[in-house]
Amino acid sequence: MDPFLKIVIVDKNPIRAAILEDGLREAGHVHVVRIEETANLLARIYAVDPDVILIDLENPSRDVLEQMFQVSRAVKRPVAMFVDQSDSASIEAAVDAGVSAYIVDGLKKERMKHILDLCISRFNAFSRLQNELDRTRTVLEERKVIDRAKGILMKAKNLTEEEAYALLRKTAMNENKKIAEVAQSVIVAAELLK
Amino acid sequence: MSGGDTKLRIGFIPLADATALIIAVDKGFTAAEGLDVELVREVSWSNIRDKLNIGLFDAAHLIAPVAIASSLGLGHVKVPIVAPFGLGVNGNAITVSPALYAAIGAAADGNVVDPMVSARALARVVAGRKAKGEEPLTFGMTFPFSTHNYHLRFWMAAGGVDPDEDVRLVVLPPPYMVESLANKHVDAFCVGAPWNSVAVDLGIGFILHFVSEILAHAAEKVLAVRGRWAEENPDVVKRLVRAHRRAAGFVEDEGNRDEVAAVLAAPHRIDVAAEVIRRTLDGRMKVAPDGTVRMSDRYLIIGRNGASRPDPVQAAWLYAQMVRWGQAPLAADLLATAKAVFRPDLFDAALGPEAEQVVSEPADGIGAFAGPLFDANDIAGHLAAWGIKHR
Repeated sequence: MDPFLKIVIVDKNPIRAAILEDGLREAGHVHVVRIEETANLLARIYAVDPDVILIDLENPSRDVLEQMFQVSRAVKRPVAMFVDQSDSASIEAAVDAGVSAYIVDGLKKERMKHILDLCISRFNAFSRLQNELDRTRTVLEERKVIDRAKGILMKAKNLTEEEAYALLRKTAMNENKKIAEVAQSVIVAAELLK
Repeated sequence: MSGGDTKLRIGFIPLADATALIIAVDKGFTAAEGLDVELVREVSWSNIRDKLNIGLFDAAHLIAPVAIASSLGLGHVKVPIVAPFGLGVNGNAITVSPALYAAIGAAADGNVVDPMVSARALARVVAGRKAKGEEPLTFGMTFPFSTHNYHLRFWMAAGGVDPDEDVRLVVLPPPYMVESLANKHVDAFCVGAPWNSVAVDLGIGFILHFVSEILAHAAEKVLAVRGRWAEENPDVVKRLVRAHRRAAGFVEDEGNRDEVAAVLAAPHRIDVAAEVIRRTLDGRMKVAPDGTVRMSDRYLIIGRNGASRPDPVQAAWLYAQMVRWGQAPLAADLLATAKAVFRPDLFDAALGPEAEQVVSEPADGIGAFAGPLFDANDIAGHLAAWGIKHR
């Protein structure tokens, strides 16, 4: 572990970048810089002069980083990707998690290993959170739609709330659809009949 | 879809030259071959390359030089890639800002539609800026190992501009090209369709050249698979090639163009107005914000003129550019490896050697606007013809 490594995180998702930065700081890295803006990305990176660059795979600017390997007078230090033939398990895990890492040439692979592992676990944790959030959001939205449909049915057919819900459920079962889908149709129909 | 189908994941970048792949899948030509294909839209060539290399993709829409670089181990892990099918020939264009268009026009001693006239004019513009102590011009391209990089370099170097000394070449993801031209981060770019048209339609760029004016026949994207995968799945490769050939023929039938453009315009495919895609496929390009149109039946070739059958001469030309610009050393074994990426034998095995009618193509297979004819067995001779190259 080398606390003096300068690490740049290129990620347009500020929450994920913050989660990763926290992890790196907890692991003792003090030089961590986040870049969200990708205009003039290379100039921003050269200004930091990092030892390690971490970038999310949803970022089209990843191709911009590939230019750093090219021999050019604009480049201060050659940078190589943290991959070689022996590392396929790490690469697969990283790509699967949605992150890629680049290091300056000459930096020992072993020193990078824990950083990459940390990236992978934080990125995976973030996707789990994201999925959970999406699920919760969907459930909440579905509940809203069902409540509105219940209201429409109660008024139109003079039903109690329980009866309205039972009607939605029965129709959903008969039609082989989700209750929320039937509720959505009720709302659309009510709009059309207004 | 029956349960016995072979499942495949294929990656692509939303560009017009992914047409044959997208049509093959969305029109059911792959399904008809018993292939259950999941198309995965990607955002960068690095992602496509990595996911193909490690097996997350079975096949990919890949920019031809990346397939060669990967097979040679240039800049990255060495993973042999083979191309059994050519997805497109040509299709790129060079777009410049209104200011640079005016400067080139003012410095030109002829019609700037002639790439030698425009390249020499660019050299004068570059010299003028240098004399005045102005910043060098910046050109955007898509990847270090990209046709766009080599096409820009080939063109400007022929006019006397050293792409490493006289201007800046920067990598930009295609979706950022137009924005970068608008906010003056770049003065020009070379990219595939539809991005040149998008810049012209917004009134912020002029299409200076179709790449087909610089090179008559330039392999652009290929259907790429891992070499080992091709060896292990010869039958799947044949089925893929057949489905793609059918799709390429479908695209070239003008009666199908509206349907093709509509399929490609979908949000999960290319996500650009169908009308822009139609113009691209027809080679009927608006080149200036005032509506000036330039026609070319070579603008983007998908299923005509031998475009589908991978030609090792194209691989040799791309390798020669890598050597010319210092990305690869010159060696007979590297040339042989590069040529072996393009696999007409796999194409022929699927379709028979008579499948591809080649009409009126350039004698050397390339048809460059400058320099001697290209000889795929004499890269040193090709390089000797040029004063400007990597030193």
